[in-house]
Amino acid sequence: MAPEVLLAAEEKMNPLLPAWPEVIIGLLCFFIVFGILGKKLLPSIEKVLGERRDAIEGGMKRADAAQAEAQALLEQYRAELAEARHEAARITEHAREQGAALITEMREEGQRQREAIVAAGHAQIEADKKQATAVLRQDVGSLASQLASRIVGESLEDHARQSGVIDRFLDELESKAAAAQGASK
Amino acid sequence: MGADVQLASEASCHLFSGCGFPAPGLGEFQFKPIFTVAGVEFTKPMLLAIICALLVVGFFWAAFAKPKLLPSKFQLVGEIGYDFVKRSIVLETIGKKGEKYVPMLVSMFFFVWIMNIMSIIPFAQFPVMSRIAYPVGLAAIVWVTYMGLTFKKHGFVGGMKNLCWPSGIPGWVMVILVPIEFFSNIFVRPFTLAVRAFANMFAGHLLIVVFSVASWYLLSPTIGALYGSVSFVVAAGLTAFELLVQFLQAYIFVMLASSYIAGALEEAH
Repeated sequence: MAPEVLLAAEEKMNPLLPAWPEVIIGLLCFFIVFGILGKKLLPSIEKVLGERRDAIEGGMKRADAAQAEAQALLEQYRAELAEARHEAARITEHAREQGAALITEMREEGQRQREAIVAAGHAQIEADKKQATAVLRQDVGSLASQLASRIVGESLEDHARQSGVIDRFLDELESKAAAAQGASK
Repeated sequence: MGADVQLASEASCHLFSGCGFPAPGLGEFQFKPIFTVAGVEFTKPMLLAIICALLVVGFFWAAFAKPKLLPSKFQLVGEIGYDFVKRSIVLETIGKKGEKYVPMLVSMFFFVWIMNIMSIIPFAQFPVMSRIAYPVGLAAIVWVTYMGLTFKKHGFVGGMKNLCWPSGIPGWVMVILVPIEFFSNIFVRPFTLAVRAFANMFAGHLLIVVFSVASWYLLSPTIGALYGSVSFVVAAGLTAFELLVQFLQAYIFVMLASSYIAGALEEAH
């Protein structure tokens, strides 16, 4: 230890004793660095870092928003598509029902008309037949009574009509004819 | 007497040539003044300190003067360094309140680091921080900040309590603990902060010098050549090791400064 102390004393150096000019130079240098970095350079980079952070976050936000919008649009399209399909199905169904109803109605109408025509025909035939029968009956009656009066020589007209003989006869005749007709069939 | 002078004077001295090993000593840390102004000697460490300050400012000027959203490579490197100190040291230690002290601590970190790195830069080859004046200056700034913040935040009584009165300790221990805390926080902290940085750089530089000088001294056409090459390898290894220590000391210096500031800003308990 002694020689070192001696050496230090000789060279006027104690490594633990600061030399004041150096302290001042050191502080000066530090304050130059601190001043320029703290006043100008670090605020400027801090600003840019903030801007970058904002840009990145903003970009991500925008992307998120765009995605959300796209998703919403997709949902909307899907809903509209589903609705359109539903609507189409509904319309088809409606048309089918309407068609079926129309067909049924027309068929019924046709049936009714046919029946009406047939009924009218039947009625006409019936009426014609009745008329013809009546005329025939009258004619046959008058002819028969004329013939009979000629044969008998006296007029039985009134009597016969009153007694209904002719009619009875004719009915009998008719029923016979009907029976014969039924047998032949 | 500077290192260069000493080496030059002993250049012809080798092992087995009859002269002793010119052991490097404190002389390695003293330099002949480059010039003298009004009795003040301007020496190599001063020149290096100024160069270091200019290097730090120059680097960050080139990186950050015209910052862009899409950084250039230079700006990117600057950003990584800035972000490292800001996040990994300052905000990590102090928290959100530390934002205000980032510029000071960032400046301090890079200034100290570059001054340390000078140790292994050819022609500079001297860690400025191994001159106690530089760490003392920086530690003084830290101490003033530490004390200033403590008393500004808590007032004088609260500040003293913050410095000396640890919480959750039984009363009778306080008798011993309070003086220790007082002494430790107010006197020991700045002293160790300065001396730690100084001593690491001092010892590191001395080690490199010893082995470098030894490589030269041992080099002779004898078995000494083998010793010399081993010494050279050790010197090279130490240089690489110093690169780590230089960074580490700058890191520790700023980390401790941050933790002192964090302590000053701590809520009263």
